[in-house]
Amino acid sequence: MLEGRTHAAGDIVLETVGLTKIFGGLTAVNSIDLKVHKGEILSLIGPNGAGKTTVFNVVTGIYRPEFGQVFFRGERITGKKPHQIVSYGIARTFQNIRLFPDMTCRENVMAGRHCRSTSGLLSSIFRTPRQRAEEDMIRETTEKRLRQVKLWKSRDELAKNIPYGSQRMLEIARALASDPKLLVLDEPSSGLNPRETQDLMAFLRGIIHEEDLTILLIEHDMNMVMGISDWVVVMDGGRKIAEGIPEDIYADQRVIEAYLGKEDEDSTEYDIPAEH
Amino acid sequence: MHVILEQIINGLTIGSFYALIALGYSMVYGVLKLINFAHGDFFTLGSYLGYTVLVFGAAFMTAHFGLWGALIAALVFAGVSLAIVGLIVERVAYRPVYPAGRLPAVVSALGASIFLQNTIMVGWGPRFQAYPATLIPNVHIQLGSIHLTLLQIMILLLSFALMGTLYYIVQKTTFGAAIRATAHDRKTASLMGININKVILFVFTLGPALGAVTGIMVGMYYRQISFTMGWNYGLKAFTASVLGGIGNIPGAMLGGLILGVLEMLGAAYISAAWKDVFVFIILILVLIFRPTGILGEKTAEKV
Amino acid sequence: MELTPLNGIEKLASSRQLHIALATAAFLIYPFLVSDYFIDIAFYFGIYTLLGLSLNIVLGEVGLFDLGHAGFYAIGAYTTAILNTKFGIPILVLLPLSALAAAFFAYVVCSPVIHLQGDYLLIVTLGMGEIVRLALINNPFDLTGGPNGVFGIDFPSLGPWLVIDSSLEYYFLIWIIVGLTILGLTRLQDSRIGRAWNYIREDETAANANGIDSRSYKLLAFVLGAALAGVAGNVYASKLMCVSPESFTFWESCLMFCIVLIGGMGSIPGVILGAAFISLFPEIFRPFAMYRMLVFGSAMILMMMFRPGGVWPRKRGAVKYESLLEGTGRTDA
Repeated sequence: MLEGRTHAAGDIVLETVGLTKIFGGLTAVNSIDLKVHKGEILSLIGPNGAGKTTVFNVVTGIYRPEFGQVFFRGERITGKKPHQIVSYGIARTFQNIRLFPDMTCRENVMAGRHCRSTSGLLSSIFRTPRQRAEEDMIRETTEKRLRQVKLWKSRDELAKNIPYGSQRMLEIARALASDPKLLVLDEPSSGLNPRETQDLMAFLRGIIHEEDLTILLIEHDMNMVMGISDWVVVMDGGRKIAEGIPEDIYADQRVIEAYLGKEDEDSTEYDIPAEH
Repeated sequence: MHVILEQIINGLTIGSFYALIALGYSMVYGVLKLINFAHGDFFTLGSYLGYTVLVFGAAFMTAHFGLWGALIAALVFAGVSLAIVGLIVERVAYRPVYPAGRLPAVVSALGASIFLQNTIMVGWGPRFQAYPATLIPNVHIQLGSIHLTLLQIMILLLSFALMGTLYYIVQKTTFGAAIRATAHDRKTASLMGININKVILFVFTLGPALGAVTGIMVGMYYRQISFTMGWNYGLKAFTASVLGGIGNIPGAMLGGLILGVLEMLGAAYISAAWKDVFVFIILILVLIFRPTGILGEKTAEKV
Repeated sequence: MELTPLNGIEKLASSRQLHIALATAAFLIYPFLVSDYFIDIAFYFGIYTLLGLSLNIVLGEVGLFDLGHAGFYAIGAYTTAILNTKFGIPILVLLPLSALAAAFFAYVVCSPVIHLQGDYLLIVTLGMGEIVRLALINNPFDLTGGPNGVFGIDFPSLGPWLVIDSSLEYYFLIWIIVGLTILGLTRLQDSRIGRAWNYIREDETAANANGIDSRSYKLLAFVLGAALAGVAGNVYASKLMCVSPESFTFWESCLMFCIVLIGGMGSIPGVILGAAFISLFPEIFRPFAMYRMLVFGSAMILMMMFRPGGVWPRKRGAVKYESLLEGTGRTDA
């Protein structure tokens, strides 16, 4: 079932081995093996509650897995803290956009540069030449990323005041600002209209072509999954039930079964007990 | 052995004060996520109103209704007055500020506290006031080796009766379920058809009324009241509610009683001067290891 | 602001500089126009401004609820008082030492609790503030003088050349410190550290996911805030010549909390206004005697009703940034 994977010859950027996450008595992610190859777009799909977001949260360090390992470019990153994982080169976005709402778009994107800069308390207070040079670098990259997502003109607006579609793109720009090797996008098209989804797909194809980047995404929009993915992994009930190129997945009986009968889009993900 | 038992009973007495005040904090916090800094002053105001009834109305009251009648009149008068004051404060100081978020409400609550405290000072004067000494016959009771006073027994009975009633309302009745649901998730509760305003009304009348009744009991127990005492009791009671799990009603009762007992044991076995330090250290330790308090629910943020 | 963008920048910049120049001039002239009594009032205004700025780092910039800030203030004041009266160490030497002592204390006590969220952190800091105050009352090792406190603290001096012992000199001492603090904090606000603090306040999970080690930055805020409160404690102790526990009550922490919220979270001019309100209001309304605190309480409620974001909230995006890439041919990236 592994035939047709365009990037299979490339290096493995991210690998999970037997990844398992348990909440209370519930196994949200059950022994997941994932291999993401360099330069590809891998989509993780599955019905609500399949455990996709939990995989993301374990990979990006928000949760610590009960069993299994995560390797990034050959290095073991299991159990590292989220802020450490970013500096390894994994940047992410969230299912329900998590920007810094009362800060400007520019300041939001600058956050991505944090892990690539080093100025401390004293050099910031005394404005040393090194600190100023670093700030200029932050501003340059920020500008580049803002222009990339066509939000440069909104740079001084508060993130909460720009349209929803732009907020999605701003979050991606923020993730890209850390110059990641792996971009992890959690349902990037949710809430976007078909046109915006098209733009997003074109954008993702563009950056993966131009930069040394690999993309792992969770997606519900089948058009997007089929249109953009090099490889698709299907999860259901915490397990991986199928993987393959989009065309094969589309026809796969197990995938169809997993989706049919479980099409209650509104059911809550049984990730964790929600407070909000 | 009897020393420790006596200390525990003393601890339960002041613990029940803390518990009754803590209920006011916890109920309001549960429903509105607001730390009602004015609550300690509700307690003080109740104490002063009870004082006035007992001192100035006593002759008239005792003549017509007897001593118990006067006491009940004081409790009812202070309770009802404070229920009204609580409602007014909610309307004037809190309701207009809620929509702006939680922090402005903190300032508003502190403002209300300053206002109430100084109202009391202007009304009754800045000096201590003394509760009449001869209200309750000074009867001492010997239970085995344990020494108790009649007043202490009455305080314990009344406190536990009040807590029991509230516990019953909150845990066993439909309205109680509505209160708990609102505390758990206000938005969903209102979507389920729960009248949030009724719940707010309830917590802002009952909380201050309980505080007022406690104020009178404290006045009778220590015989001396001051317009600033609300701060101290408020601080302890708030601590108690966090110890028990803020927003959780049985937690507030438990927290108050535990705090009172710890304080008395600390005073007896460590040092009277360091007892409060001891209490706060316990509080901090509990929060480090169980950040949501003893009965608080564990919540995790959905990412 | 409807001018062309470039004019907009110039106008904003020049008006800001103008404001600062005017404010500085007013502060320089003021003490020569009024009596010592009013100079002293302005001195306490300075102390509250410094305290407000120090809490603003924790509460305003990072959004951590700290209701025990008076504890750090007390550590600074008592460090100065004890070391000066027992060992005769000069006040100006104790200025950095008091800051260090308060910072060290903050580091030690905040490390185990820094992971607590919202109101739980609030009650823990409140508890710590109370522990400090109660410990001072209990006179451990006969150091703190119990409820009476420590007397006979020196005034700051550097040999015979610089002696600070009049109201006027204290006024300048505190406002120079405030001025330098404002300068430093303004620079921090516009640095990766200030931004990291704000990211944590806005959304801690997102901040972590963007590479910000929120634990370290929260601790840094506490340590820096405590250090500044320690400085305030040092100046306060030497001005008053004595310290006692009643200056460092929970109430004092509440006032600092109000300074930040009345002014506007994270806003430096806001803190100055908040401190002015807290320290000057009771003085201005002194003729109303016992009713003034009633008015004060009501004013706090009214302010939150009409300006819940504070009187002078920090305006984001007010400083317009020019492109660094335009003209470099990289704008089409």
